[in-house]
Amino acid sequence: MAELTRKGLGGFLARQGILVAFAVFMIAFAVANPRFIDIDNVFGVIRSSAILGVMALGVTFVVIGGNLDLSVGSMMSFSTIVVLDLHDKIGPTLAIPSMFLMTMALGAFIGILVGYLKLNSLIVTLGMLSAIHGLTLTYSGGKNMDIADKEGTWFAVFGQGGIAGVPMPILMFAALAIILSIILSRTPFGRKVYAVGGNGVAATFSGIPRARVVFMTYLMSSFCVATAGLIQASRSMGSQNTVGQGMELEVLAAVILGGASLLGGAGTIFKTVIGVLILGFIQNGLLLLGLAFYAQYVVTWIIIILAVWLDIAAKRGGLWSRIA
Amino acid sequence: MTDQTPALRLEGIVKTFPGVRALDGVSFTVMPGEVHALMGENGAGKSTLMKVLGGILAPNEGQIFIEEQPTIMSSPMNAKAKGVVFIHQELSLADELSVAENIWLGELPKKSFGRVDWTKLYDETDAILKTLNVGFDARKRVGDLSIANQQMVEIARALTVEPRAVIFDEPTASLTDAEKVVLFEVISDLQSRGVGVIYISHRMEEIFKITDRISVLRDGQYRGTLNTAETNEEEVTHLMIGRTLDLSRNAVTHEMGEVALEVRSLSCGDLFSDVSFTVRRGEVVGFYGLVGAGRTEIAETLFGLREPSSGTIHLGGEEVTINSPADAIKRGISLVPEDRKGQGLILGMNCRDNMTLPQVSDLTAGPFVSDGAEVAIFDQYRDKLDIRTPGWRQTVGNLSGGNQQKIVIGKWLSMRPEVLIVDEPTRGIDVGSKSEIHNLIRELASQGYAVIVISSEMPEVLHVSDRIVAMFSGRVMREFTAEEVTEDSLIQAISGIGADKVA
Repeated sequence: MAELTRKGLGGFLARQGILVAFAVFMIAFAVANPRFIDIDNVFGVIRSSAILGVMALGVTFVVIGGNLDLSVGSMMSFSTIVVLDLHDKIGPTLAIPSMFLMTMALGAFIGILVGYLKLNSLIVTLGMLSAIHGLTLTYSGGKNMDIADKEGTWFAVFGQGGIAGVPMPILMFAALAIILSIILSRTPFGRKVYAVGGNGVAATFSGIPRARVVFMTYLMSSFCVATAGLIQASRSMGSQNTVGQGMELEVLAAVILGGASLLGGAGTIFKTVIGVLILGFIQNGLLLLGLAFYAQYVVTWIIIILAVWLDIAAKRGGLWSRIA
Repeated sequence: MTDQTPALRLEGIVKTFPGVRALDGVSFTVMPGEVHALMGENGAGKSTLMKVLGGILAPNEGQIFIEEQPTIMSSPMNAKAKGVVFIHQELSLADELSVAENIWLGELPKKSFGRVDWTKLYDETDAILKTLNVGFDARKRVGDLSIANQQMVEIARALTVEPRAVIFDEPTASLTDAEKVVLFEVISDLQSRGVGVIYISHRMEEIFKITDRISVLRDGQYRGTLNTAETNEEEVTHLMIGRTLDLSRNAVTHEMGEVALEVRSLSCGDLFSDVSFTVRRGEVVGFYGLVGAGRTEIAETLFGLREPSSGTIHLGGEEVTINSPADAIKRGISLVPEDRKGQGLILGMNCRDNMTLPQVSDLTAGPFVSDGAEVAIFDQYRDKLDIRTPGWRQTVGNLSGGNQQKIVIGKWLSMRPEVLIVDEPTRGIDVGSKSEIHNLIRELASQGYAVIVISSEMPEVLHVSDRIVAMFSGRVMREFTAEEVTEDSLIQAISGIGADKVA
């Protein structure tokens, strides 16, 4: 008697769908426009994905810990505006640590609400998305920020510098990815993040301080956001106060695309990096195909839906199921 | 029976999963009006067989016959339409809906314009409920019913079709003794209507009380069918696990050490009050009582999950305050919790990581988790507890219940606790693993551990304990030593009979 669902095309797509889709995209793009696989273009895609990527690294911790972070986009606007403003007031050496402290204070606040007060992370961070946006506008008086003396500062090094021809944003993304990957996969803290996300009750019964672990994931996420804000500010040396708007969804798309489970307990930093690159290449490919930039918002949505569907499909072993 | 047409017949059912032959040519027959027990250890293939029968899985080979008509079950709805109905262990009812709505869910009687015909719905439901002799009506909200009555709703649901075979999967798992009697009446009523009943359970007393025949599976293979009247527990067990078991009372005694844990007048709100007891090294103290008697809550308080409202806890003679599980662990208390999957394990994690979780912060080389130290602990307890798994990388969710429980026990033994609390150590575990775990508990005590065993199963408490604390409604009713305890006195103590005689 024939198998019902588990074998055949459906099952294969359920397990390997994202790679198949990516391969199809890449081949189609390369055929449609050879410039797509040009080395400069590839490098360009990675560089422009770095800011998103740095944020996605932090959100990976939050998601594996069983929560969501939708505040990263507006938090990134906040760090960018703050560091640009402080640069002219107290100089880059003091501006950068001050900005990190302020951003991480926001992360700590979210961590208290979600970790210790056990409020729903979707609601908390969605609310923070709006609240931090308001904070940024208040701070900047609704104006955009610019560094007055763009030539007389070393601040541009994070966004525009490079070592041995490799752009600084890529180096920072890579370094952070390696460090965070080691923390997640090799340290007791990383193990606890998986435990708390996999089964919070069982983690508590094993003596793991669940609230503190969740708190720490948000703190790490805000650290990554601050780093992304630094790169953003340094690259443009001036910014609108809505620079990170909408990025929370792209970040989430990259993380899910990489295979971190929205239910928590599964995912890796390496997979998130892959997710970031897939997202970057797809967006770039569509641009090269001549799609308007605005189409990317729709594309991001399609990717999220596809990734969530494949995530659940992989769990039940088929693209659809009668039961769940 | 031989001249009758079987209600249900399975022939040569084979079901394979990648790498596993879960069912290997299973055949058996259920006659109308028969209660047929299906037994086997966890992992023997019972659930897979039932999924095949219920249309959730398609078999690779073999044939299902209903009244000798070859049949293909394509979905659970399809199976029900053909008269094969399941009463699941885990209830699948909508709490917020009425009894009638739950019973007819998906097939509510309709009037014109798709409006529900409430009168017809309630009348038909009440008619079914009447045959079941239950004390609630069709309009009752399901969430307000006891577990036993919710089970009756499931059964009523089965009766909306003309059932040919009804399958009960561990139906008594959460029922009290009185509720069981009602369930057995319903089963015997089904029987007299000529329905074939398949009864899946690990509980021997029930099997011998209500079934006519017993079929046994082991490792996916059909091991034979026995007439209940002509067999006994040993024979069935032997068929199930391929060896005989010692189910006698614990007779071995050993030296007891000093008092490891002493609890004085401990209370926690309405959950339990004025609880005092001691546990010595080398001693197993059994806590016996009905569900809700406060036993689990005491364990949780000792483990720092609840804050006591009064009373004191003394460890090794010293008074302690336990504020969190981390605190309890530091002081040498380990808790193997009641709910293995919900509280004991992270099902998506591998075996080793689950086992070392409470001490992962201490198993480090520099800032990193030491792979070698972790694997060493896993290997040690895998061998010691005879955990059967292909390797430490195996996801815990894929192991059988008995092996999962051993992972939890291993996790806490590897902490080398002063006091080990085991809550319902063998719930949902098959007979073979059950006795292994019982022996293990005895062995731990003989090595000097102070052990508390909480159980709702009397044979288990009698088998493993040196002393038994009987609880009723949040209070300690009586303490027995293993020598003086009798089943009668224990039952009296936990039902609150003669409560005023106790000091």
